[in-house]
Amino acid sequence: MSINASGWKPNIGDGQGDHERPSFTGNRALMLEEPLIFEIGDTERTGVDLADAPAANAVDRLGALLRSAPIGLPGLTEPETVRHYTRLSRQNYAIDLGLFPLGSCTMKHNPRLNEKMARLPGFADLHPLTPIEQCQGALALIHLVGEWLKALTNMPAIAMSPKAGAHGELCGLLAIRAAHEARERAGGAARRTVLVPESAHGTNPATAAFCGYAVESIPATGDGRVDLAALKAKLGPDIAAVMITNPNTCGLFERDMIAIADAVHAAGAYLYCDGANFNAIVGRVRPGDLGIDAMHINLHKTFSTPHGGGGPGAGPVVFSQALAPFAPLPFVEKQGDRFVLVEEETAQAEHHGDAFGRMVAFHGQMGMFVRAAAYMLSHGADGLRQVAEDAVLAANYVLRSLEDVLEAPFAASGPCMHEALFSDEGLADGFSTLDIAKALIDEGFHPMTMYFPLVVHGAMLIEPTETESRATLDQFIGALRSVAERGKAGDPTLQQAPIHAPRRRLDETLAARKPVLVWREQPDAAVAAE
Amino acid sequence: MRYLPLQDGDRAAMLARIGAGSIDDLFVDVPEAARFEGPIADLPMHAPEMAVERQLAGLARRNLAAGEAPFFLGAGAYRHHIPASVDHLIQRGEFLTSYTPYQPEIAQGTLQALFEFQTQVARLLGCDVANASMYDGSTACWEAIGMARRITRRGKAILSGGLHPHYVSVCKTMARFTGDQLATGVPRLDGTAEQEIARLIAAIDGETSCVVVQNPDILGRVADLSELAEACHAKGALLVAVVTEPVSLGLIRSPGEMGADIVAGEGQSIGVGLNFGGPYVGLFATRERYVRQMPGRLAGETVDAAGKRGFVLTLSTREQHIRREKATSNICTNSGLCALAFSIHLTLLGEAGLRRLASLNHARTVTAAERLAALPDVERVADPFFNEFTLRLPKPSRPIVRAMAARGVLGGVSLGRLYPGQSALETGLVVAVTETVSDEDIAALADALGEALS
Repeated sequence: MSINASGWKPNIGDGQGDHERPSFTGNRALMLEEPLIFEIGDTERTGVDLADAPAANAVDRLGALLRSAPIGLPGLTEPETVRHYTRLSRQNYAIDLGLFPLGSCTMKHNPRLNEKMARLPGFADLHPLTPIEQCQGALALIHLVGEWLKALTNMPAIAMSPKAGAHGELCGLLAIRAAHEARERAGGAARRTVLVPESAHGTNPATAAFCGYAVESIPATGDGRVDLAALKAKLGPDIAAVMITNPNTCGLFERDMIAIADAVHAAGAYLYCDGANFNAIVGRVRPGDLGIDAMHINLHKTFSTPHGGGGPGAGPVVFSQALAPFAPLPFVEKQGDRFVLVEEETAQAEHHGDAFGRMVAFHGQMGMFVRAAAYMLSHGADGLRQVAEDAVLAANYVLRSLEDVLEAPFAASGPCMHEALFSDEGLADGFSTLDIAKALIDEGFHPMTMYFPLVVHGAMLIEPTETESRATLDQFIGALRSVAERGKAGDPTLQQAPIHAPRRRLDETLAARKPVLVWREQPDAAVAAE
Repeated sequence: MRYLPLQDGDRAAMLARIGAGSIDDLFVDVPEAARFEGPIADLPMHAPEMAVERQLAGLARRNLAAGEAPFFLGAGAYRHHIPASVDHLIQRGEFLTSYTPYQPEIAQGTLQALFEFQTQVARLLGCDVANASMYDGSTACWEAIGMARRITRRGKAILSGGLHPHYVSVCKTMARFTGDQLATGVPRLDGTAEQEIARLIAAIDGETSCVVVQNPDILGRVADLSELAEACHAKGALLVAVVTEPVSLGLIRSPGEMGADIVAGEGQSIGVGLNFGGPYVGLFATRERYVRQMPGRLAGETVDAAGKRGFVLTLSTREQHIRREKATSNICTNSGLCALAFSIHLTLLGEAGLRRLASLNHARTVTAAERLAALPDVERVADPFFNEFTLRLPKPSRPIVRAMAARGVLGGVSLGRLYPGQSALETGLVVAVTETVSDEDIAALADALGEALS
């Protein structure tokens, strides 16, 4: 059965811009249009040779549970499949192609050794419920990564299971809430509010609200940092926790962090640190020395596990002594030469009565732990320190090379950490950060983070990372300088950008107003083809 | 260091441009008490690729991989053969090393693949729409309960005893903090799936937000959910169906067809390896009218400035980066690369291939079930089943599993491990049989189990 009898023809557009020559296919040399699988596949075609189907009566016992109606899943043979996805891949920008300066995302090189190690059958082909004696190597690896993260942060405990940064935040906040509940059982008053700086990632307030807390915002000082006096004024018996990102989302180190921690603890609250920007300080600052109580670590940022077009990530959480008893199940313990997995709630009741239950099925993102282990062992303690230094050096190099042409709101207050922040001030009327970003696409670069943090107008947040050469940094600086100058001069071609990408600017309003979230056959097209 | 392009000359020139005397000048904002001098003690220094490979391969060798043994483990993670082209394609750098597609003009590859994934998942699960994936099945299950609460404005969910115990545990963890009420149960070796459904139907009342039921369930039993769906809808509740083995849907009617309002699933068994439990890929699908209450990322179709079809992330007003504390979920990421692997594998299979794969799984399982139930004092308790069934052994199953593993047979998952402290379940052994299992493997399991029991 064919799913689309008509065959799909790309709309080649109205010919505006740089490619008005006629085209039969809609393709332009290496830039190849690709239809959807539903438009090229059919339900009888397959790219997998399986053993002959069993006799029909083999499924008799399923009776009325058997499917009768078609599902509508198109198949392709292997060559067609390889070509389809290879063509799609070429419509993506990637770190492997060039600088990917998304602020707060730490898009660094993803070493291929990590991939090779994660595919060793002893890790990749290992079932999560393998008996404990037959998975000692896997438990040892989880333990190894945990020990590294504890040493790098100078924190005594860790939960490895959270699946991503936001999931780690949730884990940290749940532990904080569990700790407060334990205090309440001992007669303490309930605390209902979490304080979050204005500049925080959106996940911070979303996580706090999910945990049942009211969220209040902490104002920033003129130099882009948490206002300590304002924070102290808000601290009180109702505050459960303060969530701080350090280095913060303006790319700055919170100079008052130790004073913040002292004030938070004096008020009976816990200090949660968003570790998204750990790359700036790994090996040079141990967050435990700053007085934090919990911090998640994005293995897909600092420890180079690939972002994969939006996950999977991994977000282990380190805990202070005060919160350690409240970490979730499961966890790995070393007992002599042996590793055990503490997973059952009964075992928990014996030794770990305050731990809250599971956050995930099984034990977390093992594939990411293997990659992170390969990265840590490759760099060593010395290499990781160099990572932080080179990342900070690269960001300051970008900041000082562009502050004469782009407004850098906090540049006067001193060096930045791993990312450089600019605003849209000085662009000509009608020109925006979006225009700058889209013009960078035509220059062959992925744009910076746009319009975040919210505390700076038209924010452009640039995180070059340590894995870029000086030549690449210089080329990026030159490109952004050129684009910024055009934006200040009001060059109208900037507003057309990008013109060389696989697509021009996309209509996001239309997408949200009339959501088309799955492919459906167009009856008109099928008729027209006949 | 092989991953760091800057050389000392570069560093000096860059410091000069910055106007800093040394790298320490860039860290002046760190309070003095927290400045850490020198590399951290107790951790090794940098190592060449070969040394790292040797160390990690040594750890990998201390595990018994599924492919090295007669292998029958399931209970939420399944071993299927994955075509070589799947792993090749997801390792293309343009997929592997790209970010969340926030700049759609240069991320059409990821966005189109997600749009295709959403369509495949919606069709497979029998729903109108699906999202671009969740962390895994257990977190998707919890998100479904939260979504049902938002839709029905009720806070009481009823969880079937056949739901994977780890999923129940995740839901309990979350509910403790959100205030949702959960009625949970455990499976019964002496009961049928129909009896469990009748129990669930009797428990639905005017406060019930949803009933959560897994199909096939933790014991491997398959049931028709239609009557349960009708009972839910009659009381204004939603039916949440959980699927941990999506290959079953090549043979069995989908949860959507049976009337489920939300389907949460674990997609690992299509395209994603066992990976000792992660990363996996959560599936999430629902009815069109509930789409604005759905958590997670969504890719949608639109046009570009030149009128060409293209794809973007859409309906982001539900999400945390826009809504902050009012978002439907705090989720920021999905499981993009695993979703891609799922989609590629399902494209290679196609409908005909998936149906055949499912039939092969079922036929192998029937063969194994008959062989094992012929052992003395061993009873099969689940029927009908798809590719997994439960045996009741004459003694506790956990030591039996360990004994079989010691002789190189990974013979199943003991209910004693999944339900510690539940003595009624301690003799249960869950056995999964996929197309990767040979006749020799089945014979090896029969021998090992017979010997361990004797």
